[in-house]
Amino acid sequence: MTRRRDPKVSRRGFLSGAAVAGAAVTAQGTGYAATGAESKPVDAPRLPSAVRPDARVAAAEVGTPKEMAKDNGAAGSDFMVDVIKTLDIEYLPCNPASSFRGIHESLINYGGNKKPEFLTCAHEESAVAMCHGYFKVAGKPLMTLVHGTVGLQHAAMAVYNAWCDRVPVIIMGGNDLDAAHRPPGVPTFHSAQDINAMVRDFTKWDDTPVSLQHFAQSFVRAYRIAMTPPYEPVALALDAGLQEHPIHENGEKLHIPKYVAATPPAGDANAVREAARLLANAERPVIVADRAARTPNGVKLLVELAELLQAPVVDQGGRMNFPNTHHLRRPPAVIGQADVVIGLELADYWATVNAFIDNGENDGHGLQESRIKPGTKLISINSVELLTKSNYQDFQRFQTVDIGMPADAEATLPALIEAVKAAIPNDRKAAIEKRGEAFRKAKAEAHDRTRALAAIGWDAQPISTARLTAELWPHIKDLDWSMVGSDRQMSNWASRLWPMEKHYHHLGGPGGYGVGYNLPAAVGAALANRALGRFSVNLQTDGDFMYAPGVLWTAARHKIPMLTVMHNNRGYHQEVMHVQRMSNRRNRVASLGNDLGPIGTRIENPDIDYAKLAASMGWWSAGPITDPNELASTFKKAVEVVKSGQPALVDVVTQPR
Amino acid sequence: MRQFAIRMGLAALVAGLAVGSLGPLGSGAAWAASAENGKLAFMKHGCFQCHGTLGQGSVVTSGGKVLTDTQLPYESFQVFVRTTNRAMPPYSEKILSNDDLADIYAYLTSIPKAADYKTIPLLNQ
Repeated sequence: MTRRRDPKVSRRGFLSGAAVAGAAVTAQGTGYAATGAESKPVDAPRLPSAVRPDARVAAAEVGTPKEMAKDNGAAGSDFMVDVIKTLDIEYLPCNPASSFRGIHESLINYGGNKKPEFLTCAHEESAVAMCHGYFKVAGKPLMTLVHGTVGLQHAAMAVYNAWCDRVPVIIMGGNDLDAAHRPPGVPTFHSAQDINAMVRDFTKWDDTPVSLQHFAQSFVRAYRIAMTPPYEPVALALDAGLQEHPIHENGEKLHIPKYVAATPPAGDANAVREAARLLANAERPVIVADRAARTPNGVKLLVELAELLQAPVVDQGGRMNFPNTHHLRRPPAVIGQADVVIGLELADYWATVNAFIDNGENDGHGLQESRIKPGTKLISINSVELLTKSNYQDFQRFQTVDIGMPADAEATLPALIEAVKAAIPNDRKAAIEKRGEAFRKAKAEAHDRTRALAAIGWDAQPISTARLTAELWPHIKDLDWSMVGSDRQMSNWASRLWPMEKHYHHLGGPGGYGVGYNLPAAVGAALANRALGRFSVNLQTDGDFMYAPGVLWTAARHKIPMLTVMHNNRGYHQEVMHVQRMSNRRNRVASLGNDLGPIGTRIENPDIDYAKLAASMGWWSAGPITDPNELASTFKKAVEVVKSGQPALVDVVTQPR
Repeated sequence: MRQFAIRMGLAALVAGLAVGSLGPLGSGAAWAASAENGKLAFMKHGCFQCHGTLGQGSVVTSGGKVLTDTQLPYESFQVFVRTTNRAMPPYSEKILSNDDLADIYAYLTSIPKAADYKTIPLLNQ
């Protein structure tokens, strides 16, 4: 779609300088006649549709815009806003860009900056990750706008995380599709034939609407596809001309399709019955869940199934699937005793039933060991099987299962529960109840062991991650709290010490393990919690923090209350051991330089002052804290700040893990 | 810094007692071991990265294994470090000398046993 142009002066009024520049190019002898696009070149090499910007063009791009010519009629992007508003999207985390200036203007003026409300972000990766975190609390997707090339490249890592974590995000990339008429200079660098190609391997669907009606269909379609399990991000290319054209010029009778949610795909009835038969007759059934509980109801269903079978549940933590206070919540070791394992939305079934030891044996491939007994029956319900792409292989190693249902686990659970009820023989009910008693005892013993482990290094400096977690708990336990960042890098202490029973107590990790997710996703999750009056607490690693700390400003700017506690171990700890392992395997001493870890793995010398960094962006902050006895009083102050509606950060210098 | 010096002094004192208690369990190197040097070696060789500065371990990086107050005999400790083929990579003599290894063992055995969690109010909420 072409941006409409006055033949004498570019419609893009502020680009009057560009028009002058274009004239100058002609005067310098491009070979093109000066009167319109249809003129033919004469005796000169063919030039590209746009030339590199010279100084005047660049100046026009960054200079003060002059008055623009007035459009007649409503803008196309006003209609786009009408479409967007039908889907009740609350927020638009976004870094502004010229390729979507048309819809930007419509959103804040015509749309009143409500549903969606524009949230200014300092980086596109932060914007997408905010959408990611928000969804895991709210269960509703957000949308973002990005510059078609550079912005989408910035956003790509966060899109991949959302893909791997099965989270819907609606990404719209501004683009000047018509190369013959796009403004010269920067807009050309920021345009492409097919901007969506860059993220096509890790989005569920994408489109490039070429008319407003096409946009209406594609936006509603994109929303529906994204929100049908498996949830995934979707992308739309948003042509600049389409945004800026007045509606009447198209001569279209526009309408907005009604959105009706799709029914999640449930498992085949015969397969469900057979799975129920295996589970009901098993001596030691085990349930393993990763991203099984899409909604709060998923947690309830999983509890019902587990209690029906008195079967232990291993929660792999992609979501908060099962309360950690329940007597049937057990560690992964129970898989080794199972005769039937049912895996629900497992990111990696192979690694659930196999161990991998990265020790350089087997010609450097490492050891592989089965975790299960021979003959163990395996059942899988996984919606991801309905959507597998080739290039990015996040589906992990192939695992043969006895019953495989390409279906949504949560949608299948009601039928599975009923089938299990019908399949349990009367003479097995007593044995099943007895199984539960054994797990009650084991659970109590495990809790004691966990607390004994937490006591080790209680007074350590750097501060132990167990102590940090335990010190924080009394300050939040009486609040409706939500852990919006992952505790995985802190030895899972929060998940082991804090009672987690609600779906928003634990949101899981990034999905693709792209570092830089945690901080912006936590801000997004805290945004969703704000409307629900919840207290958001974010356990934050230092390496992740430094990818795009500008999201701190977004949180302060938009008054998103949250408590961030730094797990400041001053290193990229995951990589420390990789380099150490390689050094040992090659029988070489790991070179440390002047640091406490192999060269290239530490974040020290100079040490980063996270409290000052946060304060500079409008956060209340304290630290760095090195004495564990100072934690309680500092947390108390920080919690009061957050309760008043502001974000607060406490920097704590910690043990590595 | 002063606090660190006191802690190191105490660690050395306790280490001396601990080394003395190695008795027949200890090898020649272990007899001469220094907990103070062991703490430095524990840091220098990156042991603390997975096991924590006090050997408290981690479910993520040490498989939950705790080295604090280890009851493992020195010989077993030495064999494990030299030959393990599990998640922890083996440390050859070229990478970690026998003296350093003995010092590390002395350091680990010098760390006081953790307090009973029942005496820590924050762990009994």
